[in-house]
Amino acid sequence: MSKFENTKLEDFKGVWVFCEQREGKLMPTDLELLSEGRKLADELGEELCGLLLGDKVTDLAGELGQYGADKIFVCNDPRLAVYTTDAYTKVLCDVVEEKKPEILIFGATNIGRDLAPRCAARLHTGLTADCTHLDIDVPAYVDFLEKNSTLAPDRIANMKKATVKVMGQDHDVSRDLKMTRPAFGGHLMASIICPRFRPCMATVRPGVMKMAEPNPARAAACQVIELPVELSDRDLRTKVREVVKESKKLVDLIGADVVVSVGRGISKDVEKGIALAQELADVLGGVLGGSRAVIDSGWLSADHQVGQTGKTVHPKLYIALGISGAIQHKAGMQDSEHIVAVNKNSQAPIFEIADYGICGDLFQVVPMLIEEIKAAQASKLA
Amino acid sequence: MDFSLTREQEMFQKMCRQFAENELEPVAAEVDRTHSFPEENFKKMAAVGLTGIGVPEAYGGSGGGPVEKVIAVSEFARHCLASAAILSIHLICPQTIYHLGTEAQKEKYLRKLTEGGCLGAFALTEPNAGSDAGSASTTAILDKETNEYVLNGTKCFISGGSRAEVFIIFALTNPAKGLKGMSAILVEKGTPGFSIGKIEEKMGLGGSETAELIFEDCRVPAENLLGAEGKGFNIAMAALDGARIGVGAQAIGIAEGAIDLSVKYVHERVQFGKPIAVLQGIQWYIADMATKTEAAKWLVYYAAYLEEAGKPFSKEAAMCKLNASENARFVTNLAMQIHGGYGYMKDYPLERMYRDAKITEIYEGTSEIHKVVISRAVIGK
Amino acid sequence: MKAIVCVKQVPDTSGKVAVNPDGTLNRASMPTISNPDDMNALEAALQLKDDTGCKVVVITMGPPPAEGMLREMLAMGADEAVLVSAREFGGSDTFATSQILAAAIHKLGLEKGDVVFCGRQAIDGDTAQVGPQIAEKLDIPQVSYVADVVLEKDRIVCRRMLEDGYMTIETETPCLITCIKELNLPRYMSMRGIYSAYSKPMQIMDFNALKDETLIDRETIGLQGSPTNILTSFTPPQKGGGMMLEGADRSACKTLAGLLAGKHII
Repeated sequence: MSKFENTKLEDFKGVWVFCEQREGKLMPTDLELLSEGRKLADELGEELCGLLLGDKVTDLAGELGQYGADKIFVCNDPRLAVYTTDAYTKVLCDVVEEKKPEILIFGATNIGRDLAPRCAARLHTGLTADCTHLDIDVPAYVDFLEKNSTLAPDRIANMKKATVKVMGQDHDVSRDLKMTRPAFGGHLMASIICPRFRPCMATVRPGVMKMAEPNPARAAACQVIELPVELSDRDLRTKVREVVKESKKLVDLIGADVVVSVGRGISKDVEKGIALAQELADVLGGVLGGSRAVIDSGWLSADHQVGQTGKTVHPKLYIALGISGAIQHKAGMQDSEHIVAVNKNSQAPIFEIADYGICGDLFQVVPMLIEEIKAAQASKLA
Repeated sequence: MDFSLTREQEMFQKMCRQFAENELEPVAAEVDRTHSFPEENFKKMAAVGLTGIGVPEAYGGSGGGPVEKVIAVSEFARHCLASAAILSIHLICPQTIYHLGTEAQKEKYLRKLTEGGCLGAFALTEPNAGSDAGSASTTAILDKETNEYVLNGTKCFISGGSRAEVFIIFALTNPAKGLKGMSAILVEKGTPGFSIGKIEEKMGLGGSETAELIFEDCRVPAENLLGAEGKGFNIAMAALDGARIGVGAQAIGIAEGAIDLSVKYVHERVQFGKPIAVLQGIQWYIADMATKTEAAKWLVYYAAYLEEAGKPFSKEAAMCKLNASENARFVTNLAMQIHGGYGYMKDYPLERMYRDAKITEIYEGTSEIHKVVISRAVIGK
Repeated sequence: MKAIVCVKQVPDTSGKVAVNPDGTLNRASMPTISNPDDMNALEAALQLKDDTGCKVVVITMGPPPAEGMLREMLAMGADEAVLVSAREFGGSDTFATSQILAAAIHKLGLEKGDVVFCGRQAIDGDTAQVGPQIAEKLDIPQVSYVADVVLEKDRIVCRRMLEDGYMTIETETPCLITCIKELNLPRYMSMRGIYSAYSKPMQIMDFNALKDETLIDRETIGLQGSPTNILTSFTPPQKGGGMMLEGADRSACKTLAGLLAGKHII
């Protein structure tokens, strides 16, 4: 592979989204990212393209088109049927070198986080991981900082100038993708730019970006282009022996409107605690979640975990039962529209972010709450 | 005068602290409640080399000496006195065999007791012989025809008695000579004629199973004699000197643990609109607890330093145990007072620490016996 | 055969972290620890050593105090340690860091049968990028999110976790594995290990030691070599507190149900 010349920024155009598919099914995050990508492409006045890799997956492109893509590039090859780092990295980098997108976004799934860094290293460009907010437009970014940061007003005002020093030179960030993401376990937010290389790469947390309404008209306007693939068996140094799905039903925390989570507060009767939480979730049409402590103790499986190393959720209603509210848990749910907390300890940090708090024993409170909610629901229907 | 730990000792302290927090603390309440020996944790202690402190690697040990013992035992005692006591008391056995045993005895027993993970025990006390060790009546009469000692008698309150594999038993090989006729004899679990009697239910120290040992014509080979015949009492007293420092370390650890809990509590507990940490009365309690514990701690380390340096240390060992154990009672009592009602509830570990602390003033020589030892050293007999 | 483990000393971000009045993080309020995922990586390497007798080398890029962490890892059973440390390396993003570490590993030598173990991600950067980027620079296959590792003759077979299941992946060696906490329970330092830690080899690689490596050049290290730059950083504002309901009895529950109904949440 000859050296990829990627420092002439003007040669690179287009906002691209890597669309992940597994066993012929698109990941929901693809649709979230295309929705967000459309906004970025409009701000840049450029095209939004999706890149889909797999074996005989062209038919999936139609669904992607509904979310605002101008083009979907498809690479089909039997060796791309199941994800391998080597095959996907080679094909993706080949396409990028040829097509030169300005921006390339991946969902920060287990696979996205395996593929994106490898590609960024091969392409000699910058990658920012786990972004929770993306901006091009500077005023919109400044507005975001004003609403969501603790930065002093004069520092934010500086940002309006849209010029920063990079390697001692003045650099205009107006067209740079400004990628904001959490670090230090969620204690710090950093906005990152990739000023000198292209494509500017980012992975985005699933469930964070809003999915647009699907638009069949856009799908009709979307071009689906199949690209040639150059891959041989020699390119693959790993072999997938099997792909195994967990036998039980997966918990869809990210899509849920209501999440009821349990923490260490259920320790004195784990079974009953989980049963109560599940009952409350059922009554509200929601889903059961858990803090890291609960997963580490083996009381719930990992797919229930909410938090910095679990899932990030922002349901309409998040109910925290017996959860203290440590920062890594908060990082996973603090953007929920409404937060209710029940905890025996009036000093628990969770109460600092709860909209409504009850200081009491969840084993006493939850059964009563379930009854009162049922009563409220019944009177609504009446 | 360098009061700092070596860099290896600091690493060692960190390891012991992590071990105590991750392995001992989570099960401490249950171990106490069920009065059951923490088998798994003892194996884990052996896996990291703690059961071999004071024995060279050549015999399966981990090296180190009195200071390492103090570090390990006090870190353990912060979270679980029973575990600290189990380790501290166990170590008497391999360390004594290392110092006094024949090469054959060292080869036979040390590897088992160190990396092998077998528990050792030390049996001096009898129903009629507590502080008055001289009234011991267990005999070990040599049968010259079979070249075996025949043991008869009962030992009581033996820590780890029900679980130990190797015991150092103090018995009269020459009853007519009284104390001067006492010898130390190595006896293995399962020897015919050796059975475990009652396992005591205690106020605290639940995990350390305290048992009665019964000897009925128990025959052990003559080569199991540890040290010289008739020197048993001296051996016991010498072993107890080191053991005392272990109790001192236990007492320091428990006091430090109680202080840690109290400091945390006084910040969290809000009464009359403020955390109680702002109340001068509470502040003075904490100051007393911290100061007395700091002083007690350095006396324990000083005794350990003397033992390690090969200097005479009996007086300092007795002083450190006397002082630290009384301090442990003082601190846990005050800590419970600070915690108020919560301290009394079994939800909090404090009531267990309060119950555990008391034993440090009693076993391995009562405070009163220690005062006898100290006064003799100071005023002379 | 050797196992090379990439490790990082990080601030402990899992506890209470203080924020300075100007909104910056008070780094001194966080004790430094060995990155948790890296401990799983080290344990995997030590288990490989238990099974095969291979050599375990721990390597870190960091400031001089990182030596203390490396000594602890020697006390756990690693055989050699390498501290990659130089002013020139400071300010590196993940791209630049992975170049430097790849160069150092290349200098140590990587052969068939060797395995490079990394933790999945560090708890300060939280990027999970350095492992895969090192693998790319060394041109070796990678398997990430590994929850189980088995050596089969000269191949490594891994259980690679997905969100809803796993893949069983077989890879050639040399290879790079990124490890997650489900992989194993890291062992303690042993007493014997502690007493031999300071006599095991500790190599310091500064810029001069690596400057002639093919994988490294001045333009790709340090701040100037980093493709990404920090535009700004800030602490997120505390979400405003809401209301505590009076009591924990039926009337409190009734009030809450009413409030939620009023907001059309139920």
